[in-house]
Amino acid sequence: MTATSPTARTGRGPSAQPPARPGKRGDRTGAASRAPWLLLAPFLALFILTFVLPIFVAVLSSFTKVTRSGLFGEAGVKSEFAGFSNYAQALADGSFVASIGRMLLFGVVQVPVMILLCTVLALMLESASAKWPGFFRAAYFLPYGVPGVIATILWSFLYVPGLSPLFDVAALVGLTPDFLGANTVLWSIANIVTWSYTGYNMLIIVAQLKAIPGELYEAAKVDGASTWRVALSIQLPLIRPALVLTTVFSIIGTLQLFAEAQVLKTVAPAIDSQYTPNLSAYTTAFAYNDYNVAAAQAVLIAVAAFVLSFAFLKFTNRKSS
Amino acid sequence: MTATVTPPSTTASPARTSAAGTRRSGSKGRPSTIIVTAVLVVVALYFLIPVYWVVVAATKSTEDLFSTNGFWFAPTVALWDNLAQVLSYDNGIFIRWFLNSVLYAGIGALLATYFAAAGGYALAKYEFRGRNLVFGTILGGVLVPGTATALPLFLLFSQLGLANTYWSVLLPSLVSPFGLFLCRIYSQATVDTSLIEAARLDGAGELRIFHTIGLRVLTPALVTVFLFQLVGIWNNYFLPLVMLSDSGLYPITLGLNNWLSQVDRLPEFYELTTGGVLLSIIPLSIAMVVLQRFWRGGLTEGSVK
Repeated sequence: MTATSPTARTGRGPSAQPPARPGKRGDRTGAASRAPWLLLAPFLALFILTFVLPIFVAVLSSFTKVTRSGLFGEAGVKSEFAGFSNYAQALADGSFVASIGRMLLFGVVQVPVMILLCTVLALMLESASAKWPGFFRAAYFLPYGVPGVIATILWSFLYVPGLSPLFDVAALVGLTPDFLGANTVLWSIANIVTWSYTGYNMLIIVAQLKAIPGELYEAAKVDGASTWRVALSIQLPLIRPALVLTTVFSIIGTLQLFAEAQVLKTVAPAIDSQYTPNLSAYTTAFAYNDYNVAAAQAVLIAVAAFVLSFAFLKFTNRKSS
Repeated sequence: MTATVTPPSTTASPARTSAAGTRRSGSKGRPSTIIVTAVLVVVALYFLIPVYWVVVAATKSTEDLFSTNGFWFAPTVALWDNLAQVLSYDNGIFIRWFLNSVLYAGIGALLATYFAAAGGYALAKYEFRGRNLVFGTILGGVLVPGTATALPLFLLFSQLGLANTYWSVLLPSLVSPFGLFLCRIYSQATVDTSLIEAARLDGAGELRIFHTIGLRVLTPALVTVFLFQLVGIWNNYFLPLVMLSDSGLYPITLGLNNWLSQVDRLPEFYELTTGGVLLSIIPLSIAMVVLQRFWRGGLTEGSVK
């Protein structure tokens, strides 16, 4: 992500104590060479426990097959190397593959809409024409403080006929919407996600807009550039990094989708227990108790998120150079 | 206003001016101001209406909730009855959930910020063997989705006997790879190496230098990291859902979903859920509005180059 190329040139292990730097400060170098490891220790220990080990466990168990002998497994449990059979089983599951396809469709529509919306809002808020920008910024950002589950509970009340005033409003113009139908519920979820994260993404873009030096605007003014021209030739190119960052995080977020679908499931029969990839892995693990296939699914989701973000970064880099 | 750049803006068509979002350059625009403000108001309604609805709904009795207009208050205001019921139901379990959330998010974010600061500072200010490998590994952690590690983490914690305890939610909350990433960039940019050398010559120990000089210079970045982590933990749902089975350990997100899942059988849970939702979004909403300006610092430093 940054200019630093992370793993290049370092074949050496992190465990090796760095040798004292030669010369100069004598016995102080011992303390100075221990210090970075002391400072890093709490973070590294927790990082290994909660990131490295689980990933290791997930990959390992995705390649393992557990067989129980005897009717209830009373004759012992046997673990053996299973090759790619768990992956094959996960990918042969039509519902799991369909859930990935569903999230791709979701992402192709929702991410561009949200990024476009937050860019336009940021440009408008930073324009001279906006009144009370502080109030609007706060209003747009507020949903970010509402947890996804709570946001979904809120919107689910607004989606249910009989409870929601939205139906009364729609009836006035002669519409009878069905927010929870098989074809519409995906976009109802997209609405919740957009509601939650637009303000947050907008704030990242606003921060980058504020960092544009004033001289650029002065120069544009001297050249007689129109507001359109300023937006297209100065602002948009300079907020590109923020746009790339928010898009990558949105792509990762889309593949993660869980809470919204799981909570909305209670009121929407159209959502099954394998509606999103994560919901599918959760069901496999806790409803079917098949942790090995669930691990394979979790690995597939992470790899898909990684590949998509990487592809997007490559794509934007190529376009810029 | 836009008119300073393009003189004929008073005659500009609405379509043009509405999209023209640009710089503050003094004078007050006329048509463009009205149109831009109108658009911003409509968008603000979209963001605020669900919150407004829950405020209204929390004031109604269960019968009124279904029989009266959802966008306006019912003749009888049952707000206090509802809230009292929320707070007292099941021996005040709601308060317990709330305090659990405060515990997870408060302690988690505080310690996570401190650890990220120490690590980021170490990676920025010391040269040591293995530094790039450590940083590269942690950077990879930024891209690993939290839900991908939750399932295997549950398997791991079950074996360690940590599943279904406070630790099972707290420990993973103490790690913020993104926070370390921000702190490293911020340390490189702001912590003066000559200041560190001077402190060394004065005989200060390395850890002391970090705690007195490092932490103070890093403060703006620390506020950002803290807020990120606080909201992240407060909003987290998947990890506690996977880890916890004892409802006494639930954070507020899990607890409210538990109530919602019962509305089918018992309609009075509508009242409990709307009242609980209202109470739970008040503290963070206030925090969002008050702390909004702090989200700026450090956000763009973390952006892609």
